[in-house]
Amino acid sequence: MITADRPLDGLIPEVPIGDVFEAIVTWSKNNLGPLVDTTKTIVEALTSGLSDLLLLAPPIAMVVVFAGLGLWLRGWKFGLGVLIAMGLVSGLPYWEQTMQTLAQVLVASALALLIAVPIGVLAAENRRFSVVVRPVLDFMQTMPAFVYLIPAVSLYSIGVVPGVLATVVFCMPPGVRLTELGLRQVDKEVVEAGESFGASPAAILGRIKLPLAMPTIMAGVNQVIMLALSMVVIAGMVGAEGLGSVIKESVDRLLIGKGFTAGAAVVVLAIFLDRVTDALGSRTKVAKAKRLTSHV
Amino acid sequence: MPAALSAHNLYKVFGRRAKQAVARLTEGRDVGGLDVTAAVADVSFHVEPGEIFVVMGLSGSGKSTLIRMLNGLLAPSSGRVEVDGTDLTALRPAELRTLRREKISMVFQHFALLPHRTVLDNAAYALEVARVPTAERLERARHALDLVGLTGREDALPQQLSGGMKQRVGLARALAAGTDIMLMDEAFSALDPLIRREMQDQLLELQESLGKTIVFITHDLNEAMRLGDRIAVMRDGRIVQIGTAEEILTDPSSDYVAQFVADVDRTRVLTAASVMEPPRSVVTTTSGPRAALLEMQASHTTAAYVVCRDKNLKGAITDETAARAARAGDVATVEELLGDLDVVTVHPDTPVAELIAPCASTPLPLAVVGDDGRLAGVIPRVTLLTALGTPEPEEATA
Repeated sequence: MITADRPLDGLIPEVPIGDVFEAIVTWSKNNLGPLVDTTKTIVEALTSGLSDLLLLAPPIAMVVVFAGLGLWLRGWKFGLGVLIAMGLVSGLPYWEQTMQTLAQVLVASALALLIAVPIGVLAAENRRFSVVVRPVLDFMQTMPAFVYLIPAVSLYSIGVVPGVLATVVFCMPPGVRLTELGLRQVDKEVVEAGESFGASPAAILGRIKLPLAMPTIMAGVNQVIMLALSMVVIAGMVGAEGLGSVIKESVDRLLIGKGFTAGAAVVVLAIFLDRVTDALGSRTKVAKAKRLTSHV
Repeated sequence: MPAALSAHNLYKVFGRRAKQAVARLTEGRDVGGLDVTAAVADVSFHVEPGEIFVVMGLSGSGKSTLIRMLNGLLAPSSGRVEVDGTDLTALRPAELRTLRREKISMVFQHFALLPHRTVLDNAAYALEVARVPTAERLERARHALDLVGLTGREDALPQQLSGGMKQRVGLARALAAGTDIMLMDEAFSALDPLIRREMQDQLLELQESLGKTIVFITHDLNEAMRLGDRIAVMRDGRIVQIGTAEEILTDPSSDYVAQFVADVDRTRVLTAASVMEPPRSVVTTTSGPRAALLEMQASHTTAAYVVCRDKNLKGAITDETAARAARAGDVATVEELLGDLDVVTVHPDTPVAELIAPCASTPLPLAVVGDDGRLAGVIPRVTLLTALGTPEPEEATA
C-alpha cells in the first residue's frame, strides 16, 4: 500500500540482513561444534598461559623487563619513561588485570596477523582476490565493534574467548591492507631483477618482496595491536577478565575514580605497545639501510 | 656463425583485444578504435655472438618492452624469440627460469639492487638464485666486483654508493652470473654525463676481454654510436633501420633517422677511414728523384709519399728535396732522401675529432696507416674541413 509518509512501501523490499546473519550463526552453532570447541580450547590455553606467564614474576620484576625492552629498542630515554610509567601502573590495584589485558591483546594480534599477512600477500599477488577482499575488510572494520560480541557470545558463551575472537575480526583489516600496500609498493624493477636472474615466484616473495615491504608490514602490525587494545576493553563487556571488566564495572556503578584509574593503565599500555612496535618496524634491515646517507 | 639471440616478427600489444590488433597490424591495417597500445610491432633482428647490439629510440618507442620480451619478462603477443636456437616463447615457466639463469642476465636503469644487502651479496644474487654453493658464489662475486673496479667496497650497502658505483654493482651482478648474453636496459641513462662516459669506456674495455653478447637499450644517440657494433633505430614500436653507426649516419633510411642523427657529434662517430681519400702521389722506395718529381707534377702536389713494394709507408719527400737531388744527381733512389720530413700517420679507426691536432701540425696530408703498416689513404686538410662542416649526410658522401 502506498501512503504519503512512506510512498515507496511495497516497492522496495526489506532485505532480511539480520535473518541472514542469524541463520549463519545458528547454522555454525549446530554444525561447527567441534571447530568451535577446538578454537575455544586453543584461545583459552593461549591467553591464560600467556597471562600466567606475565604474572609469574612479581610486578616490579616485570616493570624492569618492560623498561629493559624499551631501553634496548629505543634508548635510555624511552627505557626510563617505561620504568616510571609502568612502575606507577604496578602501584595501582589492577596489575593482574593489566597483564591479562596485555595477554589478550598479544594473543588476538598474533592470531589476527597469522590470518592477515597471508591474505595480504594473496591480495597483492592477485588483483581479483584484492577486489573481493576490499569490501569485506571495509565491512569488518566499520561494523560497530559491539556487534561482533553478539555472535561471539552466542557461539562461545561468555568469557575471554568471544572477546579475543571478536577482537581478531575487528583488528585484522589494517594488517591485510598494509601488507598488500607494502608488497605493491616494492620497486617493480627490483622484482624484475629477481625474475630476470631466474628466481622462482616463491623466492622473489620471500627474499625480495617481503623484506622490502617489511617496514610497511610492521606499520600494519602496529595498527593491529592498537586496534586490538581498543577492542579488548570492549570485550570486557562479555566477561573477559582484565582492565575492560574493571571499566565496565565502573560504568555500571558510576565509579569515576576506579574508571579513570583503569583507563590510565590502558593508556600506558597503549603508548608502550605503540612505541615498541614502531621501533620494531624501524629496526628492519631495509629501514636501517634507508637511513644510511650516501657519503660518496 | 648462428645468431646468439634473435627476434622473429615480434609483436607486443597491450589491451583486451590484443589478438585482433596483431592480426590487423600484420595486414598493415590501422588499429585505431581498438583501444589497444601497440608497443612493439613486427620487430625482427639477429644479434651475433660477441656483438654489442644497440636498440635506440625515444621514450615510448617500445624499446623497453622489446628488451623485456628478449628474456621472457613479457610474453610477446605474437612472434618468436630465440636464444641459442631455443624458442623462448615456447618454454614452460620453470624452463624459462633455467634458461635465464644459464644464458641471459640483465642490467637495469635504476640499478634494481637489494637495499638491505651488502654490495657483495648483491653481486652474488644471481648465483644465489642458481644455488651455487656459498664459498664459490662469494668468490665469483668478488671477482666480478674486481672487474668493475669495486674492490674494497664489498661490505658497503647500496645506499652508501654513488650512482655510478651502484650501476657497477648491477654490472658485476650480471657478470658474476656468467651468462653469455647481457641485456642492458638504459643502463647508464640515470647517471650524470661524465660518469656515463666513464661507464661506457669501462663497458667497452670489459667487452674487449669478455666478449659477451650485449643488447643495449638507450635513448641517447651518442651513446648508441659509441657502444654499438650495430644499431637498431626504433620508432613507434617498429625498427626503422639497422646498421653500423656510420651506415646510419651517412646513409639514413628515412627522414626520421636523418633528423635524429642531425645533431649527433659527427666528429666522434666518423673515423679517419670514413673521410680519407685514396693516396695520390705515391712513389716506391726504388724510384729515383726524377720519377718522384714527375709523380708530384702529375698529381699537382708539392710532396710525395714513399712506400715499399708491399705498400708499407716509409716516409715522404718534398718537391724541393727531390729537385735538388735530381740536379745534383748524387742519389739513385728516393729512399736515401728520407728523414728530413716527418710524416704524421693516424689509424683508420681514429675519430675525426682527434684528427684536427695532428692535421694542424704538418703541411702534408695526414697518412692513414692500418695495423699492417700499409698506407690506406690520405686526409688533406681541406677534406677534413669538409667532413667537419657538412650538416647533411647526403652532401658528405657526394
